[in-house]
Amino acid sequence: MSTSGTTPSAPTEEAAGRAVPAPSGTGGPGPDERVAPARLVHRLLIRPELGSLIGAVLVMGFFGFVADGFFTAAGAATWLDDSATLGIMAVAVALLMIGGEFDLSAGVMTASTALITAMLATRAGWSVWPALAVSLLFALAVGALNGWLVVRTGLPSFIITLGTFLALQGLNLGVTRHVTNSVQVSGMRSTDGYESAGRFFASTMAIAGTEIQVSVLWWLVLAALATWLLARTRFGNWIYAVGGAPISARNVGVPVDRTKIVLFMTTAGAGWLVGSINILRYTSVQANQGIGLEFQYIIAAVIGGCLLTGGYGSAIGAAVGALIFGMARQGIVYAKWNSDWFQLFLGVMLLAAVLVNNSFRRRAERSRR
Amino acid sequence: MTNPPTRPPAGQAGSGESAAGASKAPPSGPGTGAHLLELRGVGKRFGSVIALDDVSVTVDAGEVTCVLGDNGAGKSTFIKILAGVHANDSGSYLVEGAPVRFASPRHALDRGIATVYQDLAVVPLMSVWRNFFLGSEPRKGRGPFSRLDIATARATTRRALSDMGIDLRDVEQPVGTLSGGERQCVAIARAVHFGARVLILDEPTAALGVKQAGVVLRYIARARDRGLGVVFITHNPHHAYPVGDRFLLLNRGRSQGCFGKSDITLAELTRQMAGGAELEALAHELDAEAKT
Repeated sequence: MSTSGTTPSAPTEEAAGRAVPAPSGTGGPGPDERVAPARLVHRLLIRPELGSLIGAVLVMGFFGFVADGFFTAAGAATWLDDSATLGIMAVAVALLMIGGEFDLSAGVMTASTALITAMLATRAGWSVWPALAVSLLFALAVGALNGWLVVRTGLPSFIITLGTFLALQGLNLGVTRHVTNSVQVSGMRSTDGYESAGRFFASTMAIAGTEIQVSVLWWLVLAALATWLLARTRFGNWIYAVGGAPISARNVGVPVDRTKIVLFMTTAGAGWLVGSINILRYTSVQANQGIGLEFQYIIAAVIGGCLLTGGYGSAIGAAVGALIFGMARQGIVYAKWNSDWFQLFLGVMLLAAVLVNNSFRRRAERSRR
Repeated sequence: MTNPPTRPPAGQAGSGESAAGASKAPPSGPGTGAHLLELRGVGKRFGSVIALDDVSVTVDAGEVTCVLGDNGAGKSTFIKILAGVHANDSGSYLVEGAPVRFASPRHALDRGIATVYQDLAVVPLMSVWRNFFLGSEPRKGRGPFSRLDIATARATTRRALSDMGIDLRDVEQPVGTLSGGERQCVAIARAVHFGARVLILDEPTAALGVKQAGVVLRYIARARDRGLGVVFITHNPHHAYPVGDRFLLLNRGRSQGCFGKSDITLAELTRQMAGGAELEALAHELDAEAKT
């Protein structure tokens, strides 16, 4: 080290920040002796999902204390179930938000895909599987359109997807009313392939004597997959880059437009998954379903540590954010309170999360690890 | 348009260039003795605006060519032509003696011409090693299991940085936590690592303190010593003179001459940059006003 006068064992602020030429050649591969102490604690402290993990423990403890039956197996199955479909979407929305964009059409997409599947299966007499394939294609097409419009026009995705949100909402109601003369499609139970598709999307598994919805499994698998994607793959690297500094990313050869379009398609695809889970579980779908859910997804992602400006966040955090959501919503029921309190809780939780995440992020940016 | 130069090299700039070219035998080019890069009478217009007119300069391996000019002198246009963002309207652009016409920065990059812009093309919230390999990530595994080779990426980043004499404590820290000079150095090291033969640096020392600027100048010298041709754009003659081998002065889109280091002193360079005759006239004017 050429920072003579500073002993390596006592790193000072002076030595810490400087890129000093090292003629003695100590900067070779391998860990640097100046970073050893307090590294693990620090690593944990600057993780984006830390705030949500603390929040989840607090919420869990709180409702475990005030609500009877919250910690029973049946109770856990209930709040996990509530968290699952929200969590699937929150994970996808988190990826998109890290990539620097929003998708307001994600909530309505869950209804659109369910409606398409249901109409093809019940009205056109299709088997469920091809109906699912068509609704998936529809979702991916809308996602691609969202992405294409955003990257082509350079307009905020907030506005573009607000447009698709409204358009899909109108389409859901208009087409449903035209086809069924009502605002719902039902009768999935008698369709061909309902059984086999149901096993995949809406069955339950017995764990510790309690029936757990398979959607919980989807949620956990997708959260794990998304976390791996972000941390360990090239595409994950690109997601952070296009959200953090799109122009820089483009300058070093990252296909910014393609990355963003794929992220929009991922969100729409997650909407299809949740729509399929819902239609096969409840066997009917309301045309106005899913409206307003898009904000819950964004809230869960923000609680999980995503920045609204992009470039920072965590998929596992978003999954935990959804868990907090589910625990609070069901905890209030278990505590036999009026569910009106949920909104208050939500608002406080969101503000707390944003404040905590903001301070953590500052620490992460400032920190000299 | 690509082939013969549409106009002969301009007198003043051309002579300066050939003198400098002769003084140091360029090791570049496959035994041809051609310059690594050469601009001959290059011009660029945007509509009716003449952004650059009749500029000639050469860049050789193991040398630093400094481009000095005030705001609006045409430095940005000059860089963009070299980097392949714009194509020149007149004159010719030669790489190793052969005329080229780049359709995009990617093509320039493929020929080993790397540009480090002022924004450095780094993502502040991402770690140093992720930034280092962004866009060219090393991977292992096949098909859907293809993943980043993180150990290799970290070790390579650390080695590439230390080869350039940059000693970072931890390649895991976000680039945003580095100082301006360090960030500049990471961007330079990245360009060098990915096979740059010509390094174009867009005002790397602007907005830096004296100490940080010194650090960056040291890395420029190091890149030069490793055999790269460096194009160093700046408006500060005090930064240019210590590392430069050749100085191209731009003013209002025109070349004020291209000088070898032996042909110009720091004082003269400073005088030229400070506005030269214009500033002297202004001084007289102010003097006269003060007397009345």
